Amino acid sequence: MELFTWLFMRYSGVLLLFLALGHLFIMHVFNSIHQIDYDFVVRRYMALFWRGYDLCMLWLAMIHGLNGMRILIDDYLKPPWQGRSVKVLYVTGGLFLLLGTWVIICFQPAAG
Amino acid sequence: MEVTFQLLRFDPLKDRQPHWETYRVELEPTDRVLDGLEAIKGQMDGTLAYRRSCAHGVCGSDAMIINGRNRLACKALVKNMKEPIRIEPMRGFKVLKDFVVDMGPFFEKYRAVKPYLIEKEARPQKERLQSQEERERFDDTTKCILCGACTTSCPSFWFNAGYVGPAAIVQAHRFIFDSRDGGAEERLSVLNNQEGVWRCRTVFNCVEACPRGINVTRAIGEVKKVIAKGGR
Ligand code: SF4
Ligand code: FES
Repeated sequence: MELFTWLFMRYSGVLLLFLALGHLFIMHVFNSIHQIDYDFVVRRYMALFWRGYDLCMLWLAMIHGLNGMRILIDDYLKPPWQGRSVKVLYVTGGLFLLLGTWVIICFQPAAG
Repeated sequence: MEVTFQLLRFDPLKDRQPHWETYRVELEPTDRVLDGLEAIKGQMDGTLAYRRSCAHGVCGSDAMIINGRNRLACKALVKNMKEPIRIEPMRGFKVLKDFVVDMGPFFEKYRAVKPYLIEKEARPQKERLQSQEERERFDDTTKCILCGACTTSCPSFWFNAGYVGPAAIVQAHRFIFDSRDGGAEERLSVLNNQEGVWRCRTVFNCVEACPRGINVTRAIGEVKKVIAKGGR
């Protein structure tokens, strides 16, 4: 299990580097943030590709970050606070993950 | 020349807390820190406790914190040290007296990785042959003298005494990469968990601490890789 998370951290780290850099350039260099508005998102989310891109980034980043936090907690806290903090971390992380996924998948432009 | 030492003394029968004491001794610049301790113990205060045996960097019994860094007292030259020379026991083990720490848990971890040849094939008639390249593969980790300097310089170990620690991994590495040995799987199963190699955060303190110049973090990395690949 620890082997798996270790490998995951390495692979997701490399993937995220490209995904996040891509995201950064698209959002802040090729487009200025002043152009990014509701319509921009609507247009972008017409393409399944961008939904997939964001979904990938969301999951990889969240799990990568959560696992990193778990390792930090594991390093710095002792039981019983260790277990408790990890639980709180998983619940909040999981909620954000679900919320994000829900938005990406179910986003429909408002009629009109 | 006169050299000033500050020693963190602790006598479990008298003291509740360790405290610093200052000593001045006459030494040659080419003397080692160990010679200073011998002079203090022999001429000033016979109650001073520390381990030493070979006095030549071979047995690994006199690792201690000298001016903030884990070193062997018998390998640290007085002339290379800033004064006052401050000495503390290694961190992370129970201090029994002065610089004598309880190495019990350390050797327990050492035994856990089965540091002996495990036969996989039938015993040959004569010796087990090994090419120079095969020997070279684990040469670095054969140099370990089990002084404990690496393990007690590791923050992961300080915080979590359950961590098997760099020294035990170095010892495991010495056998895992030995072409004559057949016990890699058993050893890797000991190391492939949260208290094993995965607690190493590549801090590199161990590399700096090792008096034998072993590239400890690299050895740990190689063991991680073997686990990830599922075999040597
Ligand atoms: S690896 Fe180096 S520091 Fe660690 S126990 Fe062996 S000789 Fe000492
Ligand atoms: S006394 Fe043997 S290593 Fe220093």
